[in-house]
Amino acid sequence: MSTVISANGLSKTYKDARALAGASFQIQSGRIVGLIGPNGAGKTTALKAILGLTDFDGELSVLGMDPRHSRGKLMEQVCFIADVAVLPRWLCVKDAVDFVEAVHPRFSRAKCEAFLARTKLTPRMKVKQMSKGMIVQMHLSLVMAIDARLLVLDEPTLGLDLLYRKQFYQSLLEDYFDEDKTILITTHQVEEIENILTDLMFIRDGRIVLDADMDAVGERFCEVMVGAERAAEARALKPLDERQVFGKSIFLFDNADRGHLSTLGELRRPSIADLFVATMKGTYA
Amino acid sequence: MNTLYWLVKREIWEHKGGFIRAPLIGGAIFLVLNLMTLIASEVVSGQNFRFGGSSIRELGKMLDQRQLAMVGMGLDTAMLFSTAIISVVMGFVVFFYCLGALYDDRRDRSLLFWKSLPITDTQTVLSKVLAATIVAPAVAFVTGVVAGLITLLMYATVLSMHGLGVWQLLTLAHPFRVIANLIASIPMYFLWALPTVGWLMLCSAWAKSKPFLWAVAIPVVTGVLIWWVQLMGLLPSGNFYWSQFLPRLLGSVWPGSWFAAAHHAGNNVSLGIGLEGVDNPDNPMVQFLSLSNLYATLGTSTAWIGMICGVALIAGAIWIRRWRDDT
Repeated sequence: MSTVISANGLSKTYKDARALAGASFQIQSGRIVGLIGPNGAGKTTALKAILGLTDFDGELSVLGMDPRHSRGKLMEQVCFIADVAVLPRWLCVKDAVDFVEAVHPRFSRAKCEAFLARTKLTPRMKVKQMSKGMIVQMHLSLVMAIDARLLVLDEPTLGLDLLYRKQFYQSLLEDYFDEDKTILITTHQVEEIENILTDLMFIRDGRIVLDADMDAVGERFCEVMVGAERAAEARALKPLDERQVFGKSIFLFDNADRGHLSTLGELRRPSIADLFVATMKGTYA
Repeated sequence: MNTLYWLVKREIWEHKGGFIRAPLIGGAIFLVLNLMTLIASEVVSGQNFRFGGSSIRELGKMLDQRQLAMVGMGLDTAMLFSTAIISVVMGFVVFFYCLGALYDDRRDRSLLFWKSLPITDTQTVLSKVLAATIVAPAVAFVTGVVAGLITLLMYATVLSMHGLGVWQLLTLAHPFRVIANLIASIPMYFLWALPTVGWLMLCSAWAKSKPFLWAVAIPVVTGVLIWWVQLMGLLPSGNFYWSQFLPRLLGSVWPGSWFAAAHHAGNNVSLGIGLEGVDNPDNPMVQFLSLSNLYATLGTSTAWIGMICGVALIAGAIWIRRWRDDT
């Protein structure tokens, strides 16, 4: 396993706001990492820095290269899907395939055509005639045919219906991901990537506030559902968060003694969404 | 190199309308207008088509050497005329192409797709410069020449119906020389258009919105300020900015604008088109038909200062393209 991304003290200040405030993290190869954070936490800025699309302070190495200086070379190994509907409207499927084949040394035409064959896209179809879901299918077909070491996805399924969203992640897992590849995803729809992530990073106010693999997350955090009569006892153990469901209280604990907690009520693994809400409490206050 | 070829191809895909369709439509309109003129003149004058008192049938025999040369140059001019009209259209196409080249994909965010490919920003910008300065004039000149040749044949056919030998007439024209000169002026166009292309692309890469406004407003406001300072006597009065700098900055994408600049540079090019001056070396037609004259413009200071500025502006556009972060 090798380090794909290594960031140390990543900072970036825009005219009016501080987007990154010394974020530090490492991403190893063969992982699927979710970078999750509220709006304005610095997710997109971090991705832009990784992709060499913006200047920054601090140290950052992507596949051993500084994205500020060797972007052209770096992009042979890195792919990204930034958002839906960013393909140029005048482009048609055939031209896009021809073009990417011509300029990308790691692109496989055969693979791309196989992916496209599974969709309703036809060679002469232009992007402006496609639905959002079809545009993402086309983009994904192009990107998955590139043998890149790092794939960066920024809100890739925004605005797609449930069928396309499911299919998107399923294709990625089944037809693309392997131990030599790394995928970095940001999204607000955490529920749908919860099961495919191997690593989780929370970002808040330009800093990484949680960075752990999913097994560690399961060991560290646990939720316990407690009846009203023992709620005060649970509260005394300093939970991260508390919420009410059907007259019972659900407490979220970080690194608490499981033996003790299990006497209070039923233990379970918290969802990323609940963990997220608890961690980000007070962000907008 | 291969990447650059495909990048230029991409520009043609995206701008088929401007690069291909516009000159074709321009040429077609030119031909239709010519045909209409011919038909109208046939209808109005009928068989009694007379030329300066003598019937056109006798005309061919009456012309002396100098007059035959004039007819030849007239035909060359007629042939060039289609290219001239298409060139004006092409100038507008290139002007607005350059303004949009580094702006449109930022506006619709497709920039992020292009930037996800292993292409440097230098390659991207250079491909756009080549599309504007080589592809556009090549298509325009080819279309212009074809339209010109068709015009020539049209006129020759009509005149031969009046007894003037069509082949005799055609030998008076110099279609190959006209074509060769047009092809030879493509490199000239490339070098000459650089400052305008560079300026427009710089604005295109930099403007947050409305690149056209910035590209035109900045130099015009500067000109007004200069004029105002001159008015107060703080600067020596002179017309250099408006008559030479501004046309060079904004107008160099129109082919042939170098003739006007050569005129200013004191090369004494008379700008009136006239067949009378067939043996006058200052006549623009004669000038155009002489390659050494065409490239003499490159020796002028306005030409090479423009090239240096153009290269600097393009370098600036590349830098902004690399680091501008607003998507």
